[in-house]
Amino acid sequence: MHSIDSEGATVKAREIEEALSLIGQPITEGQAKDFAALEDCSCKQGMFALAATRRQLFGGTSLVAAVGMTGMLPRGAQAKAPPGAVEYPVQADPSKEQGRMMGVDGGYGSRSQFESEVRWANPSKSAAFSPLQNSYGTLTPSGLHYERHHGGIPNIDPAKHSLIIHGLVDRPIKYSLADLKRFPTVSRTYFMECAGTTGSEIMKAREPNVQRTHGLVSTSEWTGVPLSILLKQTGLKPGAAWVLAEGADAAVMTRSVPLDKCLSDALIVFAQNGEAIRPEQGYPMRLFLPGWEGNISIKWLRRLEVSDKPYYTREETSKYTDLITKTGKARIFTFTMEAKSVITFPSGGMKLPGAGFYEVTGLGWSGRGKIARVEVSTDGGKTWSIASLQEPVLAISQTRFRFPWIWDGKPAVIQSRATDETGYSQPTHQQLIAERGPLESGSLFYHMNAIQSWSIAADGSVANVHPLS
Amino acid sequence: MCTRSVKSKCAALLAALALLGVSNCAGAQGYPANFEFGVDANADDIARVAIAIGPDGKGLPPGKGDYATGKEVYETACGACHGENLQGVAGLPDMPAGAALRLIGGRGTLTTKNPVMTVESYWPYATTLFDYVRRAMPFQAPGSLTADEVYSVSAYILSQANVIDKTMVLDAQSLPRVQMPNRDGFIPDPWPELFK
Repeated sequence: MHSIDSEGATVKAREIEEALSLIGQPITEGQAKDFAALEDCSCKQGMFALAATRRQLFGGTSLVAAVGMTGMLPRGAQAKAPPGAVEYPVQADPSKEQGRMMGVDGGYGSRSQFESEVRWANPSKSAAFSPLQNSYGTLTPSGLHYERHHGGIPNIDPAKHSLIIHGLVDRPIKYSLADLKRFPTVSRTYFMECAGTTGSEIMKAREPNVQRTHGLVSTSEWTGVPLSILLKQTGLKPGAAWVLAEGADAAVMTRSVPLDKCLSDALIVFAQNGEAIRPEQGYPMRLFLPGWEGNISIKWLRRLEVSDKPYYTREETSKYTDLITKTGKARIFTFTMEAKSVITFPSGGMKLPGAGFYEVTGLGWSGRGKIARVEVSTDGGKTWSIASLQEPVLAISQTRFRFPWIWDGKPAVIQSRATDETGYSQPTHQQLIAERGPLESGSLFYHMNAIQSWSIAADGSVANVHPLS
Repeated sequence: MCTRSVKSKCAALLAALALLGVSNCAGAQGYPANFEFGVDANADDIARVAIAIGPDGKGLPPGKGDYATGKEVYETACGACHGENLQGVAGLPDMPAGAALRLIGGRGTLTTKNPVMTVESYWPYATTLFDYVRRAMPFQAPGSLTADEVYSVSAYILSQANVIDKTMVLDAQSLPRVQMPNRDGFIPDPWPELFK
């Protein structure tokens, strides 16, 4: 049994703090004191190995090993743990010794060290794709939500950030994050999809798996203030028709938004999946325009300027316009992400162990509302069957579909086709090319929502295939 | 239709509550129409961030620039990525592909399946070039060029693209008058597409 005076407790707390800092697990002074107190609590004599190994723990070289023995504290070898995880010692029989204490994670949890799904970043490091192949349900973990940046991720102190609404308004107003949070808020579960998702797949199958073909779409619960409420505070002058939204990142990203959208379902969002929005998603605040291409939902939002005309910014002229090569003209202000779906299991790069039962599953979504149905084909589109939809089916949100399938072990091509509540069905590659003209390179084929095909070979290997090759 | 039915149900509910002497179904006090949060944004607050340039030239700052100065600015600030001949540099680490960094050329390619989309062949407004260079370029030091430098480098790029003459001086009056080759190349969104 230990008994220590308060000076000893302070010394001990400092020792713990230093030790944890050394192994890459910095904690606050307060937390260190808590640990010190716990360690010297007589009630836990014999419950933890830590007391017995204190000398080892603070003895320098054997530090990591000692921590490992205790089962209480995270091991320092962060590099060995997947991103988002902390490596803890694996217990031989977790039913025969106490697990680690609450609080050693500093109060913010991490995923299992045995889980390693991560976003995949493209070579130019401008987009990171969500690992749809191992997604479950409909929500994307915040740490796996797709990313697309044009000037990196700014690190913004919310205390120094403000949103200014000005232009054709009666009263220009500047809002801090704290101001924004005082307004009535709403929470909505919406998907967000990059305009360019699957664009490079229009003419041929290029990417090996669903993460890289379709991974620029994700779903979160977003919380924020309806923009209509904020515009009611500023008032609108006659002629107001567009709103320029501008970010505080290095790209100072700007897009012109029709006023109608701002007055309907547009949100100024400051939370995602129950906590502050992630920096990659626009911390401390972003615009969110449900059902529209992700780029226009300006992140790190610093300014909204009400105007009579659009500004024709770089991102709404040279990019994010849809060149119709049939005519040489480009569609401009093409905002909505139309109905789309993809089978996430089985999908490219996987290998089925053999013939037999599989639950085919995937995601469907539409920027125009709810998914009405998803059909699945296992014969390359010759015949279609209705898949079951996971309730609740939410508007402008990803819907999980499932379809029971007995694979006979012969080569097969599986596809899914979504139809939304407006009656719009996902087109084929051929239909899209016929409508807009072929596009090999030079620009992205934006708003590409063709039916995706995965081939399954006799050996069970699954690959991305294109209907025109 | 669905909305209308919900509205009529809500109206019926409100009427019923009124009969019962309940004045507001949203709560004892309800939501106010106005909120006294935030502060007036003054002219300085706005000027610090309002940097967008409209196609009519609205927002263009004082200053001017020409080809010769622009060539110097380009070689110092732009050439490393966009290339000596403005064709884009391929193979730069953590950067877009060379074709995406290309600034000039490509006229007549928009009806091919390999369109070359550049400032010269695709951008509808010269004001957008000024706006983008000023806000986001050069990549390693965005927003660092002076107004004169941005006018100059715009003049250099547009001259190299054979859009303006090398002798032209760009300023707030002349820049919006530059007629871009693809000015009429954009059409409204006809979506949803009706597939055959």
